Amino acid sequence: MKHLLSATDLTHDEAVRVLDVAEEMAATQSREIKKLPTLRGKTVVNLFFEDSTRTRISFETAAKRLSADVINFSPRGSSVSKGESLKDTVLTLGAMHTDAIVVRHPASGASARIAHSTWTGASVINAGDGTHQHPTQSLLDAMTIRRHLKAPGGPGADSPGKGGGAARVGQEVSGQDLSGLNVMIVGDVLHSRVARSGVDLFSTLGAQVTLVAPATLLPVGVETWSSRFFYDLDQALTEVPPDALMMLRVQRERMSGAGGGFFPSPQEYSREYGLDARRLAGLPPHAIVMHPGPMNRGLEITSEAADSARSVVVEQVANGVAVRMAVLYLTLTGAKE
Amino acid sequence: MNYLIKGAVLPSGQRADIQIVDGIFQAVGRVSSSGAAQVVDADGLVALPGLVDIHTHLREPGHEDAETVRSGSRAAAAGGYTCVHAMANTYPVADTAGVVEQVWRLGRDAGYVDVRPVGAVSVGLEGHHLAELAAMARSAARVSVFSDDGECVWDPVLMRRALEYVKGIDGVVAQHAQEPRLTEGAQMHEGVVSSQVGLAGWPAVAEESIIARDVLLAEHVGSRLHICHVSTAGSVEIIRWAKARGIGVTAEVTPHHLLLTDELARTYDPVYKVNPPLRSPEDVQAVRDGLADGTLDVVGTDHAPHPPEAKDCEWAAAAFGMTGLETALPIVHELMVETGLMSWRDVAAAMSHRPAEIGRVATQGRPVAAGEVANLTLFDPAARWTVVPGDLETGSGNTPVSGRETHGRTVATFYAGRPTVLEGEVI
Amino acid sequence: MAATEVLDGPDVARAIQRIAHEVLEKNHGPEGLVILGIPTRGVPLAARLASAIGRIEPGWDQALGQLDVTMYRDDLSRAPTRAVERTALPPAGIEGATVVLVDDVLYSGRTIRAALDALADLGRPKAVRLAVLVDRGHRELPIRADYVGKNLPTALAERVRVLLAEPDGRDAVLIEGAFQ
Repeated sequence: MKHLLSATDLTHDEAVRVLDVAEEMAATQSREIKKLPTLRGKTVVNLFFEDSTRTRISFETAAKRLSADVINFSPRGSSVSKGESLKDTVLTLGAMHTDAIVVRHPASGASARIAHSTWTGASVINAGDGTHQHPTQSLLDAMTIRRHLKAPGGPGADSPGKGGGAARVGQEVSGQDLSGLNVMIVGDVLHSRVARSGVDLFSTLGAQVTLVAPATLLPVGVETWSSRFFYDLDQALTEVPPDALMMLRVQRERMSGAGGGFFPSPQEYSREYGLDARRLAGLPPHAIVMHPGPMNRGLEITSEAADSARSVVVEQVANGVAVRMAVLYLTLTGAKE
Repeated sequence: MNYLIKGAVLPSGQRADIQIVDGIFQAVGRVSSSGAAQVVDADGLVALPGLVDIHTHLREPGHEDAETVRSGSRAAAAGGYTCVHAMANTYPVADTAGVVEQVWRLGRDAGYVDVRPVGAVSVGLEGHHLAELAAMARSAARVSVFSDDGECVWDPVLMRRALEYVKGIDGVVAQHAQEPRLTEGAQMHEGVVSSQVGLAGWPAVAEESIIARDVLLAEHVGSRLHICHVSTAGSVEIIRWAKARGIGVTAEVTPHHLLLTDELARTYDPVYKVNPPLRSPEDVQAVRDGLADGTLDVVGTDHAPHPPEAKDCEWAAAAFGMTGLETALPIVHELMVETGLMSWRDVAAAMSHRPAEIGRVATQGRPVAAGEVANLTLFDPAARWTVVPGDLETGSGNTPVSGRETHGRTVATFYAGRPTVLEGEVI
Repeated sequence: MAATEVLDGPDVARAIQRIAHEVLEKNHGPEGLVILGIPTRGVPLAARLASAIGRIEPGWDQALGQLDVTMYRDDLSRAPTRAVERTALPPAGIEGATVVLVDDVLYSGRTIRAALDALADLGRPKAVRLAVLVDRGHRELPIRADYVGKNLPTALAERVRVLLAEPDGRDAVLIEGAFQ
């Protein structure tokens, strides 16, 4: 695999393979010595045109655990507004003999543009492009879902294994996909790259995806997606009880703007689409609650839900490092064609 | 120099020799003696009246890095045109008699085509105050088409005033139909593809709502309205309805909206970024049908050159627009003539007669007949060539059909009797 | 392609049995032994060796595991991307143990070099030994095996294939010539 630009780049078998490699990577991360020599001599640039400390640190940790040299580059402002063009930035990186560029950019398609240009021969990993895709996020989500809901002993069974012991829980699910699972994604689908890559990847892996949002926050054309959609959260929870429930971050700036915003008030959003104690209590017993972070406590999720035993938010972060190690391994090794 | 064109096929389908003497068609029919004229073998070529583009961006003054009046005129000649209407969104904006006269003179100096400046409707294209339309109409440039193209005349009151005002100067308002609030930050057609690629959607209704409003305004004040670059099935429907009602509306479609769909946005290659955006396959079918049945009167290129850096970037940062003068006729030939949707007579109407009428250009868009000014295009429908951006005459490389094999080429263009293109080469 | 069978099923079984005895002899018993197979075919071989030792020394806890060396290889940019296999150590780990690495074929020595690096990241064994079913020569590193099932002089152009019942259906060692 040369690049990872979109969850749609991955076939079913490839996606399972990435998750399996991620599990092996995860196993190495509970050892005392977490660093592997795998990518010694490789240079990975984190090219972040948008602030995202979490994602950058996750990629940085992943690359360092594999012994790659990491350069963080966060150009001031985006080239969409002002400053050096994307092309010149990438040409500059090329002069540094970069092996992989991890790109976060506010413009949809920016990473695809870099990958398909003549500006660089490096591998390009999309760390979020505009409102398009965030494939490593959906991979870490899939890894989290698989661990919890596909482990032997049925949904919800989880007994963290000791590093270095026999097969750990994560490794026992090796080779499996997400078939038969209901994954529900609630919130601002329109502006969400997490939702787009999630719908694509989870469907590829055999899950049934359900989207829930006010119609203002669902894109025109959503009816052609592989997922179902509802406007009413309570109806959706009743009709398609989720095995995994993912709450998307709602950005407060969506309440203003053209036409007065996408929803009337945070209070109304919270009432209609927030995960509160009542909705939490009504979930199937094995269901897990996910959030890509950072959370708006009190808006799309109450603290009670965020801190409940069902919440796997912290695990998602840990799995992020493993998934990104797997993606770096799979894109940066292998003979050049 | 006088010319004798032997054996061309007229739009009527009739084979004829065409004799050009002193810039006029001396005879069309059987001409036996060539006299002192240069003979052009036109066996198998279609002879169309010189093409007239109702919608061209020549970029000069102000954006000469993309195109000049001269390079754009050469591109026009290469595409078979003898007249282009140069849009007003230059720098400075063509909103005064001074600027339109400058463009007109540059066109005359270049000498490849009639360059007919379009005047801005509003000062600075800002949509607030009417520009001095009459001054532009009475200038040497004799402007009769007014447009804020690139910007929509959004204010309904300003649009009403413009429609009323141009009645006094036999002008027409060419509307760029784009509701601005519905298209804030919009990047591509809103639909299935935009939902997947995550580019902000540009709904069809943003175009259709303005067209609906403006045909009603045109009816109300009894004026002439022209709709630029119609791109949606809904727009075609509204215009069809308006024409049936007797409203004085004409409409244009671009070659790229006839040919390409929003699927191309999946490449994120900004060469496919254009305003209005490439639409769905259903919309493409609707504009083809609309052109075929006359609902859409003319093919206008909306030739919009841009320098490389405006396209060599991420989609959202890129400029809107694509070039088209040199590929318009082959595309119309392939899509409309080879398919049987249009005859050559229909092509002559849509690409010469009607645009000249809309722009009130007396010496253009006339039949290929004795006594008329000799504006002529000889087109070889059998020729095939592959579009290479660097080989084109236009100053910019942003053609959306790079690498595509075109169906036919312009072999010769005569502008007022003088060849601007011979044997496929611009002179 | 023509292949010559140099070891058959009973040969393989005898080789493992002999190695089991040699391991016990050299280690003065089963004390502290950990048998680690290197994927892919080192893993079933390690399991067989552990059973053989266990049959001789029934009191031994059969400390068995596997050690993936993929992420320690030095040819990751030269060959197609390799699948990452599992590393699993016995519950007591390898600290202070005598680790016996088991692989099917010893050739350049690069896999074993990677295995030694991988092992160093997992703990500090008292000693590390190497057992292989076949040593075909052509070493590129200063590495040698402590226990060898069969020394097999080969030409560089030849290929040695080890078949094991677990993945392949039968036990055998084949030499495939390049030009035959």
